[in-house]
Amino acid sequence: MTALNRLTMTEALTGLDRRDFTAVELTEAHIAAVESARPLNAFLVETPDQAREMAAASDARRAQGEAGLMDGLPIAIKDLFCTKGVATTAASKILQGFIPPYESTVTANLWQAGAVMLGKVNLDEFAMGSANVTSAYGPVINPWSPGPLGAWPRRLVPGGSSGGSAAAVAARCALGATGTDTGGSIRQPAGFCGLVGIKPTYGRCSRWGIVAFASSLDQAGPMTRTVADTALMLRAMAGYDPKDSTSVNRPVPDYQAALTGDIRGLRVGIPAEYRVDGMPAEIERLWDQGVAWLRDAGAEPVPVRLPHTQYALATYYIVAPAEASSNLARYDGVRFGLRVDGGSLSEMYENTRGSGFGAEVRRRILIGTYVLSHGYYDAYYLKAQKVRTRISEDFQAAFTACDVILTPTAPSTAFAIGEKMDDPIQMYLNDVFTVPASLAGLPGLSVPAGLGADGLPLGLQLIGRPFDEETLLRVAGVIESAAGITALPPFVA
Amino acid sequence: MNTGRERAAMTYIQGETGDWEMVIGLEVHAQVTSKAKLFSGAATLFGAEPNSQVSFVDAAFPGMLPVINGVCIEQAVRTGLGLKAQINPVSVFDRKNYFYADLPSGYQISQYTQPIVGKGEIVLDMPDGSSRTVGITRLHLEMDAGKSLHDQHPSKTFVDLNRSGVALMEIVSEPDMRTAEEAGAYVRKLRTILRYLGTCDGNMEEGSMRCDCNVSVRRPGGPLGTRCEIKNVNSVRFVQQAIEYEARRQIEVIEDGGTISQETRLWDTAKGVTRSMRSKEEAHDYRYFPDPDLLPLVLDLDWIESIKATLPELPDDKKQRFMSDYKLSLYDAGVLVAEQARADFFEAVAKGRDAKLASNWVNGDFFGALNKAGKDIQDSPVSASALGGLIDLISDNTISGRIAKEVFEEMFATGRPAADIVEAKGLRQVTDTGAIDAAISAVMAGNADKVAEYRGGKDKLFGFFVGQVMKQTGGKANPALVNEILRAKLAG
Repeated sequence: MTALNRLTMTEALTGLDRRDFTAVELTEAHIAAVESARPLNAFLVETPDQAREMAAASDARRAQGEAGLMDGLPIAIKDLFCTKGVATTAASKILQGFIPPYESTVTANLWQAGAVMLGKVNLDEFAMGSANVTSAYGPVINPWSPGPLGAWPRRLVPGGSSGGSAAAVAARCALGATGTDTGGSIRQPAGFCGLVGIKPTYGRCSRWGIVAFASSLDQAGPMTRTVADTALMLRAMAGYDPKDSTSVNRPVPDYQAALTGDIRGLRVGIPAEYRVDGMPAEIERLWDQGVAWLRDAGAEPVPVRLPHTQYALATYYIVAPAEASSNLARYDGVRFGLRVDGGSLSEMYENTRGSGFGAEVRRRILIGTYVLSHGYYDAYYLKAQKVRTRISEDFQAAFTACDVILTPTAPSTAFAIGEKMDDPIQMYLNDVFTVPASLAGLPGLSVPAGLGADGLPLGLQLIGRPFDEETLLRVAGVIESAAGITALPPFVA
Repeated sequence: MNTGRERAAMTYIQGETGDWEMVIGLEVHAQVTSKAKLFSGAATLFGAEPNSQVSFVDAAFPGMLPVINGVCIEQAVRTGLGLKAQINPVSVFDRKNYFYADLPSGYQISQYTQPIVGKGEIVLDMPDGSSRTVGITRLHLEMDAGKSLHDQHPSKTFVDLNRSGVALMEIVSEPDMRTAEEAGAYVRKLRTILRYLGTCDGNMEEGSMRCDCNVSVRRPGGPLGTRCEIKNVNSVRFVQQAIEYEARRQIEVIEDGGTISQETRLWDTAKGVTRSMRSKEEAHDYRYFPDPDLLPLVLDLDWIESIKATLPELPDDKKQRFMSDYKLSLYDAGVLVAEQARADFFEAVAKGRDAKLASNWVNGDFFGALNKAGKDIQDSPVSASALGGLIDLISDNTISGRIAKEVFEEMFATGRPAADIVEAKGLRQVTDTGAIDAAISAVMAGNADKVAEYRGGKDKLFGFFVGQVMKQTGGKANPALVNEILRAKLAG
């Protein structure tokens, strides 16, 4: 029998239902996997005792015939979700010692569905980053890094900001993990680690209890090893929440039911603007391959125009820091987390925020403060909002001609820690394909589609109409089957 | 309404170098009457233990999100309608960013470019019976900050977040006022309207209403001067004092060859002066931007209409009605409608009775006694129907007006009905002409010399005879009858 931690969620549920193993056994296998994978630095907090308790309760429910959607499935939680009684850091020193007295809506939904918490996983500080190198608790290592665990000649990044989530799931430490995506933070690490990850439509998952980065962009979503697992986990996470005014009140469909494999007649938009300068040939080939698979399955590729794409990244790096500069003002040393005293209130603020926030977070707070300042607001923030509207309109127009859009997920495979680190712009370019859908609030999904010449995973991105996650999942399922990837990372727990 | 020259002549300030005119605009922060805060479910009771009414939203814990309290929106719309203002079907909540220990999120959620209520107006009733119309620029909703307590510890500041997130309406006037007296009348009238509407309790001493005063001076008819803003003034009296002081300060500076620099000032209650708080250069850059946690607020027009249908009769309308229906003077009507409870009390007393008499009693002895006892209408020992009973006894000549005052004092002290007191004390008016006749005869007999003088042409003595007869009857004789019979008898 396959090691329990190598199963997919769907397989694990079948095994649990058939009493092949218990949730406690499944959980023990994962607790061991988490321990064995510690050199990856994926977990910030391991919660084995809590996991065992939850697993035992799950077995009891199953025995009563009351098992939920994800009952007994061990997962990891990005440390941006507040978890009641369990330290939540956002990978920042400034939240040192903060233990939330409340549970985020999304994690509460998951526990309601029976999922088991293995622990809290690493991320870029306040989700600001594309390589998980800005965490105050050290970088996360991509399990696809060649070489033996802990003695890698070249340590690859898992992508970010949901790098701990991606590494944990790819290394088979968890069956799935929650991620959050503001400009690509689920899709890009999913691509780098060979996973499926979806950023749902803005408003699909509640933001309540998730440490805010950029409120108008932040969305939670699942990261798993298969399309079917993502469909399952999204269903458990999503739903209307009156505590989040931007949450949308519409029913959550059975996403797995959408995985029919039938995409005949579906119009797949191919935006020319995503053929960016300097894009590696293998990524272009993969994209063409994706188009070919979908055509073979009966879909109809159509060229679409998204003319404002080139402004998306600049727009994003105005809007997101602006909101962040305001959202992060609450970390002031007064009520929770870190406080570094000073001779006056201002000095205490300076000392606390100066030592509590890392360089990237400080950079974005400064950018955000600048673009909202008197005299600059119109030129930057207001202009960015106008361009954001144009980008949304581009998509609306494109979706009159197509049903789903196919693009690469990221412009490269995973790079090594230390690369792209000198120039923040180089790092920001990682998000060039994922940011436009974020700005438009549209669902975006990354699905593994192949391996690069370096043997590292490459993903394709699907972008859909608002609340049409089902089409994304259906198309992703077709790509998943066609690609038929069987390769495992060099390290698997 | 006074206009132009007439009004101006009364309002100028005499300076060393000539006349000056004040220009005043007010920003009133009125706490919305609601059980819960603007964006959280925490309670808003005044005087609770520090930090006992604080939700995680109010304390800005990570991941917490604001949700608009519909009651506060309704109250703001109701207030807007009461100010005859335009209600904006779409408004936007913005973040006003600044750091302070009692502002947990580091931003105040307010409304900047798109407030919920636009232009309206308030009519002021001046003590001389004239009126002024003051424009309302806008009304917007915002959350209050917490409170910093600097006097609890020698080196530390304590923070109480009970107020954090409480809903405030900021009501901004046009710079339409020209005297401190007008500014006082504005605050009083606004408070009256808010209380009628039930949207703010108007208790300035509890901080439910606070006022920022923008003051500048100019030569009559000249260009506007530079203004200074006096922050957080918390009584009508202080508003007037602060404005008066500030205007004279500015005139002195200018007349001494100086210039006024735009700044924020504080009113020092103890010293009776305004002091500089921060200059324009030190002013915050609030970095306003739309709050991404809240969607634009869209109001349904039918819903606005349905609120309009539930508005009470407002003071101006009530005053007009009192003048036309009850034939009251402008002054009497104005005094009665200044408080809804007073107007209601009056109407209950006046129902089926002589309205003028009712108004005199309510505004006169009744409120005099309440004020003296330091009581509200709600705690009055004399109810409207009891006072009505007293007036009935006057109207049907059971007692005279003078006796009625004595009866009222007894009613106020004991809570007993007027009729009981009149019966028990034998105060019933004497209308028996025989008895009055006898009393007059006795007085005339005892004062034969005065009778002779009267008959000799000294008419003024008539009052003396009346007084003596009333004395003889213990004040119970019907004054009209006394007059009539006395006049006849003296005439011989």
